[in-house]
Amino acid sequence: MRKVLMGNHALSYGVKLSRAEVIAAYPITPQTEVVELLSEMCASGELKAKFIKVESEHSAMAALIGASFTGARTFTATSSQGLALMHEMLHWAAGARTPIVMGNINRAFGPPWSIWTDQNDSLSQRDTGWMQVYAQNNQEVLDSVIQAYKVAETVELPAMIVLAAFVLSHTSEPVEIPDQEKVDEFLPPYKRKYKIDPEEPHAFGGLTTPDNYFEFRYKIQKAMEKALNEWEKVGEEFGEIFGRRYGLVETYKAEDAKNLIVSSGTIASTARRAVDILREKGEKVGLIRVRVFRPFPGEKISEILSSANKAVVIDRNISFGASGIFYQEIKAAIYNKIKKPKIFGVITGLGGRDVTSKDIVEIYKEVMKMEEPSSEIIWQGVNL
Amino acid sequence: MKLSIPEEEIIGLGNFGCQGCGAVLAMRYALKALGRNTIITLPACCWSVIDGPFPHSLVNVSLFHTAFETAAPAASGIRAGLEVKGKKANVVAWAGDGATYDIGFGAISGVAERNEDIIYVCYDNEAYMNTGNQRSSATPFKAVTTTTPINSPKENHKKDIVSIMADHQIPYLATASIAYPEDLIEKFKKAKDIKGMRFMLIFCPCPTGWKYSPSLTIKLARLAVQTRIFPLLEVEFGKKWALTKDILRPKPVEEYLKLQGRFKHLKEEDIKEIQHLVDENWERLLEKIKR
Ligand SMILES: Cc1ncc(C[n+]2csc(CCOP(=O)(O)OP(=O)(O)O)c2C)c(N)n1
Ligand code: SF4
Repeated sequence: MRKVLMGNHALSYGVKLSRAEVIAAYPITPQTEVVELLSEMCASGELKAKFIKVESEHSAMAALIGASFTGARTFTATSSQGLALMHEMLHWAAGARTPIVMGNINRAFGPPWSIWTDQNDSLSQRDTGWMQVYAQNNQEVLDSVIQAYKVAETVELPAMIVLAAFVLSHTSEPVEIPDQEKVDEFLPPYKRKYKIDPEEPHAFGGLTTPDNYFEFRYKIQKAMEKALNEWEKVGEEFGEIFGRRYGLVETYKAEDAKNLIVSSGTIASTARRAVDILREKGEKVGLIRVRVFRPFPGEKISEILSSANKAVVIDRNISFGASGIFYQEIKAAIYNKIKKPKIFGVITGLGGRDVTSKDIVEIYKEVMKMEEPSSEIIWQGVNL
Repeated sequence: MKLSIPEEEIIGLGNFGCQGCGAVLAMRYALKALGRNTIITLPACCWSVIDGPFPHSLVNVSLFHTAFETAAPAASGIRAGLEVKGKKANVVAWAGDGATYDIGFGAISGVAERNEDIIYVCYDNEAYMNTGNQRSSATPFKAVTTTTPINSPKENHKKDIVSIMADHQIPYLATASIAYPEDLIEKFKKAKDIKGMRFMLIFCPCPTGWKYSPSLTIKLARLAVQTRIFPLLEVEFGKKWALTKDILRPKPVEEYLKLQGRFKHLKEEDIKEIQHLVDENWERLLEKIKR
């Protein structure tokens, strides 16, 4: 079935199709429609889930960790300040190895207040042990939820589906809604190995001495490494059943490209248009879209970049006092490689500032004029 | 010999609490009433140490360690999970006074307002003990802690958590004391059979924080009741208030205060002021009971 859906509702449909069993959420713009639709689905019985209408995002995550521990499939969604308030519990969820799936609508932090998009909210959760997927359109939003449950439950780590505020969350696009039977076949019910069960008492999460703690962390890293493979595998399998293939990264006209643009989310889909424009002008340029950011597909990206002269990383985020975050990660990934391009880090579009294909063409042209990066940050579009 | 409390011991032998810790007894008695079909969420507190380090656990029921301010919402999540999995158990949030009166308060209020089907237990040792005895909003007036030192004891009154929770109109609320185990167990048994949010406040003296000899724990817990400092009561739906132990001839508060290092600095007028406060609180309580 095809339906015209806003990104937020694409999330809700993904959750419904995945048969989530416990949902807990707290409203924040621009996330609210996600859980509004879910609460309607729960109220009508269309989705057989318990919906806990908590009093804060922090409690939402705490409740889901508890619920996940009983073996229930769980979901929440949030944005920006809500995600920041959850931060403590994000660590807890990963440490407790709960495969919670969450939608995060990328919204800029205050002050000054902003409801528009940038990636600083999700990227400041980079080191919590959550997997992160950056979607580029509403179809991918829906499809990624289903895949996320599958990967999360296999590697026992939580996953975040990230979409740009308004650019996706409130933009309607035709979305193919898969058949429930096919989804059921693809995504079997969640079976938790170690769970809270009154019939078999265990204590979970008690104080650990330095003799044990380290190993718990080691196992999270190993699970993340395993997840790299899982995202590829599950993306392929999804493609076979539903006809839409997904991977860790996506490339566009990259095979013969001399220079590559690297970006994520909706800027990457805008960059595709920029690549076309530049190709028409004879530029040998291609695109890498980083879809999965955690676990980070550094090897894969390095491999694609190995034959390029220059890479332009476009970040809609900033780590203050350093530079763009994707730029840092990619630079780190290629550092030890023999064959690597010169890498340029561009920051643009903070707080939802429009980024057009024309802007990306300009950025590209400017970078091509440089021998070396003029600095760690090449700013695009700052009006002082 | 016939015991007046259930004979079965659910918690194990040996624990990581200090000698004479009241909080250990609180759990021991509560579990006697609740039985083995119980799941506990435990935030950061003395009890997260008392239970023992990984992979040990003292309690012999399922126990889930959670972040400091999340015992209540984590319990409600477990309840929701059990419901969708078709399982039944007592779901208990077990937290200290700091987690309850302070940092977790908003979340507890949320769970109470939604009348979630959990038993929330606060074992009240009147300060943040796990972190080394700092004041909480359960710390009594004039007490000394590491953040209300001797030259500047606590200036504020203990938060009236009972009235606040009662005003949420939850089905059941009770206070209990480790010095009155029959009463405590009776209340937990009653709470166990009620659906919805139940709030239990247990008075738990702490020799380490209150600076007294570990042998006096029960005596102090009893004196707190006998002086009317800690009334034993029940409240149903925020309306029906009842004392479960009336104190007709209260002992002077001084008897209770003088045994503890945290009140050693009190002057005569301080003791008078505290006595006055306790009398006032008792009057307020009687008014609620009459209503
Ligand atoms: C967010 C957060 N802040 C602070 C702490 C540190 N902390 C751990 S236990 C504790 C005190 C607990 O006091 P209480 O709830 O009264 O229980 P008790 O230790 O007295 O048993 C504090 C402050 C924490 N774990 N998490
Ligand atoms: S500090 Fe107090 S409450 Fe904590 S274990 Fe020791 S006696 Fe018990």
